[in-house]
Amino acid sequence: MHTRGGTRIWPLAAALIALAAFPQVGGSFYIDLALTTVILSIFALSLELLVGRTGLVSFGHAAFFGIAAYATALLSPPASAASLAWLMPAVLLITALAAAAIGALCLRTRGVYFIMVTLAFAQMTYFVFHDTKFAGGSDGRYLYVKPVLAIGGVTLLDLGRPRTLYYAALGCLIVVYALLALLGRSRFGHALAGIRANEQRMRAVGFSTYPYKLAAFTLAGGLAGIAGFLLAVKDGFVTPEMLAWHQSGAVLLMLILGGIGTLRGAVLGAFVFVLMKEFFQSEALFGAFARHWQLPLGLAIIACVALMPNGVVALPTQLRRIRAPIPHAG
Amino acid sequence: MDIAVFLVQCLNAVQYGLLLFLVASGLTLIFGILGVINLAHGSFYMIGAYLAYALAPWAATHLGAGFFGALGIGLVLSIVFGYVLEWAFVSYLYQREHLQQVLMTYGLILVFEELRSIIVGDDVHGVAPPAWLSGSVALGGVMSYPVYRLFMSGVCIAIALALYAVLTRTRVGMAIRAGATNREMVQSLGVDIRLLYRIVFAAGVALAVLAGMIAAPVSSVYPGMGNQVLIVSFVVVVIGGIGSIRGALLASLLVGFVDTFGKVFIPQIASILVYLLMAVILLWRPEGLFRTG
Amino acid sequence: MIFNRAMLARAVLAAALCASAGGVAAQGKIKVGFMLPYTGTYAALGTAIENGFRLYVQEQGGKLGGRELEYFKVDDESEPSKAVDNINKLIKRDNVDVVVGTVHSGVVMAMAKVAKDTNTLLVVPNAGAEAVTGPMCAPNIFRSSFSNWQPGYAMGKVAGERGARKVATITWKYAAGDESVEGFKEGLKASGGEVVKDLTLPFPNVEFQALLTEIAATKPDAVYAFFAGGGAVKFVKDYAAAGLNKAIPLYGPGFLTDGTLEAQGAAAQGMLTTLHYADGLDVPKDKAFRADFNKAYKTTPDVYAVQGYDAAQMLGAGLAAVNGDVGRRGELVAAIEKARIDSPRGAFTLSKAHNPVQDIYLRKVVGTENRYEGVAVKALADPAKGCGM
Repeated sequence: MHTRGGTRIWPLAAALIALAAFPQVGGSFYIDLALTTVILSIFALSLELLVGRTGLVSFGHAAFFGIAAYATALLSPPASAASLAWLMPAVLLITALAAAAIGALCLRTRGVYFIMVTLAFAQMTYFVFHDTKFAGGSDGRYLYVKPVLAIGGVTLLDLGRPRTLYYAALGCLIVVYALLALLGRSRFGHALAGIRANEQRMRAVGFSTYPYKLAAFTLAGGLAGIAGFLLAVKDGFVTPEMLAWHQSGAVLLMLILGGIGTLRGAVLGAFVFVLMKEFFQSEALFGAFARHWQLPLGLAIIACVALMPNGVVALPTQLRRIRAPIPHAG
Repeated sequence: MDIAVFLVQCLNAVQYGLLLFLVASGLTLIFGILGVINLAHGSFYMIGAYLAYALAPWAATHLGAGFFGALGIGLVLSIVFGYVLEWAFVSYLYQREHLQQVLMTYGLILVFEELRSIIVGDDVHGVAPPAWLSGSVALGGVMSYPVYRLFMSGVCIAIALALYAVLTRTRVGMAIRAGATNREMVQSLGVDIRLLYRIVFAAGVALAVLAGMIAAPVSSVYPGMGNQVLIVSFVVVVIGGIGSIRGALLASLLVGFVDTFGKVFIPQIASILVYLLMAVILLWRPEGLFRTG
Repeated sequence: MIFNRAMLARAVLAAALCASAGGVAAQGKIKVGFMLPYTGTYAALGTAIENGFRLYVQEQGGKLGGRELEYFKVDDESEPSKAVDNINKLIKRDNVDVVVGTVHSGVVMAMAKVAKDTNTLLVVPNAGAEAVTGPMCAPNIFRSSFSNWQPGYAMGKVAGERGARKVATITWKYAAGDESVEGFKEGLKASGGEVVKDLTLPFPNVEFQALLTEIAATKPDAVYAFFAGGGAVKFVKDYAAAGLNKAIPLYGPGFLTDGTLEAQGAAAQGMLTTLHYADGLDVPKDKAFRADFNKAYKTTPDVYAVQGYDAAQMLGAGLAAVNGDVGRRGELVAAIEKARIDSPRGAFTLSKAHNPVQDIYLRKVVGTENRYEGVAVKALADPAKGCGM
């Protein structure tokens, strides 16, 4: 079974079913882990729009992840549950506005300078939350009561319950994935692909590329906001480290591990990243050495990027065609 | 604030800026000439500080001079280390895209941090400066300024002058400057580009390690010290212009002043100011203050 | 495709089942999870706490409430951002019965939230964040140490009584620093002085030079500083190196000089600090405790070891009342609440918010000791603002 674009549906469907069934069999720690992975998948997908589709390598994407998380914590009242109906749209709107503002400035630069200036803005936002008092400083801030969706006094969705949150996150993942898939086939998506391939040529043909890039940047920021919102609700606690450059680096790593240029690569990359971390930290496997888990992780990162530059998604192709040059998976 | 305090804060700013310059100069050379974004540069700084801590006792007993002995040995070790690292790892990064370089050197940071953890442990350590540099100079009334910080600034200035001399007066320096502007041309002119790259990388590593070693008595030796200095050095390199030593000097002094006086007047936004500075400069001059090539 | 997400999900499932099978506890042992800093600037404090805890258990013949203990450890690295994941490892993966931790106030804030949400028993052997016995207070959360406010308040009173009218404060910008300074301000105000300058720098930064210059420029009557661990060592040394200690007395809570005197050396001599523990206390339990600790670990104990020891005492009191049955949580909690802990610092009881009500001592640095000089404030209870219990 194939879609029009040639993607095979059944692996995606099977994975979806496995994810949906997981809470029935997994222990609470592993549901937490799966939930974190789903949230990171959404985060990675949002960056894929920028890096894979538009060719804009942003080293500051964690800023939007963190802004959304903080907005969620700051907007939620301390003693009662906020209503999902207005909290989530408000958080996403704030994040998108921040992305638009930051993007408007960053997109005036190109290449390695774009990478650096996105980093600069992310660091600025990080220090706003870390050094100032308004959001709790370096210790972070509580989200006291998790939001619910209630209509006329009837609670439909209580995100305070772990199962509900898990399925809500899974739902968001499906929506974001479908949205980006549809976007890829639209005129907007084709324009972005053109910008990635050769921006000068696009401009020569008469396309004004700046509005398209800004739109992509804003949308990517907003989608990262969904991930930030979900993580704030999951932990009930937000810290400035969510905006740190390590987080921006981690999400770039997820993309490259999975394979830049495909949506399933982004999700796969998030899974591989989380699994690698858990694997190396496992005391059952490594005993006392597990506390030095960053060493094998670092080596694994180097090996993966060096040997599989097109990610796990391209592994079968790479294995099959060792001699011939690898086509860019897009 | 009165004039004496102002002058002392200027001294603080210059000292911090010059130390940054030491780290950033290596980074800008590596970035500008080799074309490699090396996130592990902060790790070299950390390695330098831990070397100062680890070698000082040995040097004190075997060479008679604890601190300077460690400095000398550390310098030699770092040049060898840089040479080997370039040959074994960095040379494979030249053909890669920036994103891949970023991620591979990020992996390298993790490797270095854990190796340090395994070999030396995770404790915070102090390093004692040599006795004759441990005093303070009285500066008007209540305050005195540590002599060692003056020494640090002195060393940085000496290195800056030496760098200038090498780059402008020697053949190697000429090749380096040419390589920064046009790599292919230099290669076709018969310069052994591989050897040149190796020398430049080793020099960059040595500069960062030296910075870490002389900073150790002042900032303490602790895990994570590399990460803090890394991002700020990138800011300096980008503000100054990738590949430009002159730019790195000016930018690091600029950052030193913004950071120091920011901390004094409005501590909450001192760090924000540094990045704001970078953003403003990049939006005004998108390729830094002194572009090369 | 040979490697797809369905396979991945199945692999995760398999790993989950294997891991949960491997984690089945030995029957009959109480699971204690240590979440402490084993690396970083507070590493020495984490080790001291664990040693103190284990000493008490050893003295009880290796059992509390008649049952043996099984220990699990997680290094929290003093990182608030990893705190939720770290404590979840202990609670959800290792299924511990009680969590003991931690040192850093920001980390404990996250821990308290998770402990409150999952109703897990938590004993805090150091972190003085007011949230723990304030807005996040709960029947299942106890503290065996102090609240950041307590030693700060006591030092403020002493500083004012010694004639300080204009004081500058300096600390790391996080919960512990802010709350300690707040306590100091209250105590200072109560004895006639005021704080004229507040200086902060981000945790765990130790570049004090610019701020020391600021202090000199302000010319205060005294300086109050809160730092601990490696940072405390550096600050006291830098303060002396800048020549400030000759004209401007440096005050602080005991953390500034506890466990750090050997490294600080001459720079710390003569300093006055306030804390709920001191060297040379005329408390019989303290003499016995010190002898035992020295024999077991070959070093002199500090306040962190005492707090770890007392955490075990508190837990022991609760477990004894329920004969080791952690399921009888209500009785366990009531027993700890009513307990009078025979601590090396002097006996103490717990306030309604589960924080120790204790004497705060004035100490002076002599050699490598924080020698007891007198009682700064007697039976000081933390105000516990925001606690609903």
